[in-house]
Amino acid sequence: MGLKRKNNGDAEEEENDKMKKPNNNNEENARKTVLPSTIKNKEKRSAVYAKLKQQKKIEKRKQTKARDAAEKQAIELGQEPPPRQVPKTIENTREFDETVCKPDDEELFAGNDADEFSSILKQGFTPKILLTTSRFNSTRGPAFISDLLAVIPNSQYYKRGTYDLKKIVEYGRKKDFTSIIVVHTNRREPDGLMIIGLPDGPTAHFKLSNLVLRKDIKNHGNPTGHKPELVLNNFTTRLGHRVGRLIQSLFAQDPEFRGRRVVTFHNQRDFIFFRHHRYIFEAKETKDEDPKSKKSKSEPDAMSIQQKVKTRLQECGPKFTLKLTSLQHGTFDTKSGEYEWVHKPEMDTSRRRFFL
Amino acid sequence: MQHDEVIWQVIRHNHCSFMAKIETGIFCRNEYNVTGICNRSSCPLANSRYATIRDHDGVFYLYMKTIERSHMPNKMWERVKLPRNYEKALENIDKHLMYWPKFLVHKTKQRLTKMTQMRIRMRKLALKTREKIMTMPRKETKRESRRADKAEKAAALDSIIEKELYRRLMEGVYGDIHNDHVSELNNNLDKHNTEEVANEDEEEEDELKYVEDEDLEEEDDMEDFDGLAIGKNHEYDNEDEDDGEAVTIHQRRGRELSSLSRKKLHKDASSSKSKKKPKLHVEIEREGASGRRTSVQ
Repeated sequence: MGLKRKNNGDAEEEENDKMKKPNNNNEENARKTVLPSTIKNKEKRSAVYAKLKQQKKIEKRKQTKARDAAEKQAIELGQEPPPRQVPKTIENTREFDETVCKPDDEELFAGNDADEFSSILKQGFTPKILLTTSRFNSTRGPAFISDLLAVIPNSQYYKRGTYDLKKIVEYGRKKDFTSIIVVHTNRREPDGLMIIGLPDGPTAHFKLSNLVLRKDIKNHGNPTGHKPELVLNNFTTRLGHRVGRLIQSLFAQDPEFRGRRVVTFHNQRDFIFFRHHRYIFEAKETKDEDPKSKKSKSEPDAMSIQQKVKTRLQECGPKFTLKLTSLQHGTFDTKSGEYEWVHKPEMDTSRRRFFL
Repeated sequence: MQHDEVIWQVIRHNHCSFMAKIETGIFCRNEYNVTGICNRSSCPLANSRYATIRDHDGVFYLYMKTIERSHMPNKMWERVKLPRNYEKALENIDKHLMYWPKFLVHKTKQRLTKMTQMRIRMRKLALKTREKIMTMPRKETKRESRRADKAEKAAALDSIIEKELYRRLMEGVYGDIHNDHVSELNNNLDKHNTEEVANEDEEEEDELKYVEDEDLEEEDDMEDFDGLAIGKNHEYDNEDEDDGEAVTIHQRRGRELSSLSRKKLHKDASSSKSKKKPKLHVEIEREGASGRRTSVQ
């Protein structure tokens, strides 16, 4: 600690020096620009580096202090405080994608009306889902299937046996299923999900990871048999919309709100997070203790007791993460199928490029 | 000049590049070998008279060695295309190897059988779809799991879901489902604001509500009471007789009776509203129990 304090003192002195002697600034700058990495002596190098770091820290602290003070002053004077800085995140520095849809994108709506799901989504009947697995399935696979059955209304599990997927697709078409979900298991762990829209909907391959089953979630709730409502977040691009609609077509379009079940597919940085919750709205009397309302003390106390509705969630059902690997036009066909989108390794070259 | 014995000596005791010695035996890798085993009689190099069958893209050819052309290795083998039909192919072999040693004829025929079987199996397998084995690049999977974790943190899922649900509530997606207690609370707040200057009419309304609730509660009570009644019966029986089996039978019957009595009670409840019904119900139960006892005894 003592050492640090000393350093602090040194830095301050230096700052003072700077203020006093503006003539020497250039020389000092020249001395400063010696990069610590060019110094060969390790002890010297680390010392110089530590000093630089310390200085940077102090400068930063000063900046924040000055900013806070300016804001306070502005508020006291009744002026608009200077706009707060928005931190840079990967989301807001995302690479520009021309297919990101605006809310008034007529082309998109026209496309939506013409796509494979529009009949299912418009008619509002409960989709009929066929659930099956890859040829080998054990341990967590069946458990995951049973969890999925609880989540997706009107879904039926069929044992895969040794049937070809194309045969299963044909069967599904005959029996009026609206989609097929195939859970792929590798090393006794589900690691892939395929969603096939029927009769001629697209086929989406997803990589499945971070699977946590219901029984492994602490304090999990048990879902009721009501049709859940759906939250689809952040599916912005054309491809995203398409995937979103594909997912939407798995669930009933007339949710039973009485069941208070919500199924979420949230897209963040091309990862689709699946969550399943029960929720409740709670009204609470809370004394409004916001700093803004403190200022206005002229209002009576009765008004400051505000009624606040809060949502409470209880997780139930599995949670997992999906990542789209390919989207195929038409039903499953690896040989002559036409791919709308395939993930390729060269797409991973930038952290800020997202496709959904 | 071709000296079979010399060649064999060299191959077996000196070196042969086609020889494959493995644990189960010594095998031959030469494509012309009929049996695949490395021995004197089936060595394609150390035999002047030799015949075999080879497969070119699903078509079988009978290969026959003519040692007189050994100075022209590219013309040494004479080949005959065998018909697709197995029987005909056998006849063909018989025709071409008419005066050949019986051993070679036998072995080529054996080989033909094996190869036709193999061809059938291959064609069957080709029709079947098989899983493709893919690589899982460790680097990429690791990177993706890392990014997924970070994205999950950035997503702040719970709060986002809560906000979305709240937004839906405010938009009125849920209609009146979730607003029951909220409206109650509003009423309470109003009361507070007016410092409990509540109208009598409102109270009356409240009372009316209570009546409805009571009905509901009564049903619950009845159910509870059934259980109680059973318990009572149980005790009663125990006092009378210590026969365990009889008691269990009583219990079962008691349940049936209680369900019956519950139906009766429902009728009663619909006809008259009073809180004495449960007592009535007890009486019924007891009657039933006594009747039961007689039947058992």
